[in-house]
Amino acid sequence: MSEPLVPTSLIGRQSDAVLIEVERGAIRKFAEAVGDTTSACLSGEIAPPTFATTIRIAIPDLSYDLARVLHAGQEYRLHRPIRAGDRLRCRARLADVYTRDGRLGAMTFLIIEVEGREEAGAPVFTGRSTVILR
Amino acid sequence: MTDTVAAPLQVREVVRGMALPELRKDPVTKQQLVKYAGASGDYNLIHTDDETARRVGLDGVIAHGMLSMAFLGQYLCWLGGPESVRRLSVRFVAMVRPGDVLTCKGRVRASTGEAGGRRITIDLWAENQRAEQVTVGDAELVVS
Repeated sequence: MSEPLVPTSLIGRQSDAVLIEVERGAIRKFAEAVGDTTSACLSGEIAPPTFATTIRIAIPDLSYDLARVLHAGQEYRLHRPIRAGDRLRCRARLADVYTRDGRLGAMTFLIIEVEGREEAGAPVFTGRSTVILR
Repeated sequence: MTDTVAAPLQVREVVRGMALPELRKDPVTKQQLVKYAGASGDYNLIHTDDETARRVGLDGVIAHGMLSMAFLGQYLCWLGGPESVRRLSVRFVAMVRPGDVLTCKGRVRASTGEAGGRRITIDLWAENQRAEQVTVGDAELVVS
């Protein structure tokens, strides 16, 4: 197997918790860009199900060339919808790194997880991205 | 507005294997990709700059995979209401280009009673105007 483009020693590496304050305007802007006509989303009250993609947190020491990135898959689990005014403690973590041989040669797969919790600790969402570096 | 007929799942009998109503989106435009880049924070230039896209071997800009996932998110809100969505999982299987018209489609895989309502598992996908699936996955909703 060829060496992954990201060292496997980074598996498990995570960011510090970041406090994200969810703004009504950010929800509206997202819904408008998508053309989402759900009234509670357009008004900025409730975030669309994929809104957590706006929460971007770097993982220490993880870097790669954006031009080599393919987003292969994504999952969101929601304990409840994200709402305007939420204050969420969010954290990103490199859950896995592995290589596969594909049509385009050796590919490195990264599994990146992001979770958000209420300040009191109750989970709100988890996101899981599958990213391919080629 | 689509939302005036929202939550069709709450007014229907849900049966395993049942095809769900479709949601057809307006054509994807370059302007939309710029707006989505700004709204989402994904500034990868392969979505907004043709020159960059060509440099990496594409014909021109391609849509963010996450935009088609957001369409499926809207679809779930339309089917069950924005409070109903518990999970959405997708794979991005084909590229979407400006001008493409995506339609969200789905089918009920399972429906089980639980405290507070019914949990409905749906297989769903977005397909383009050539009936090619571009984003494929499954989802769970809880409806009262």
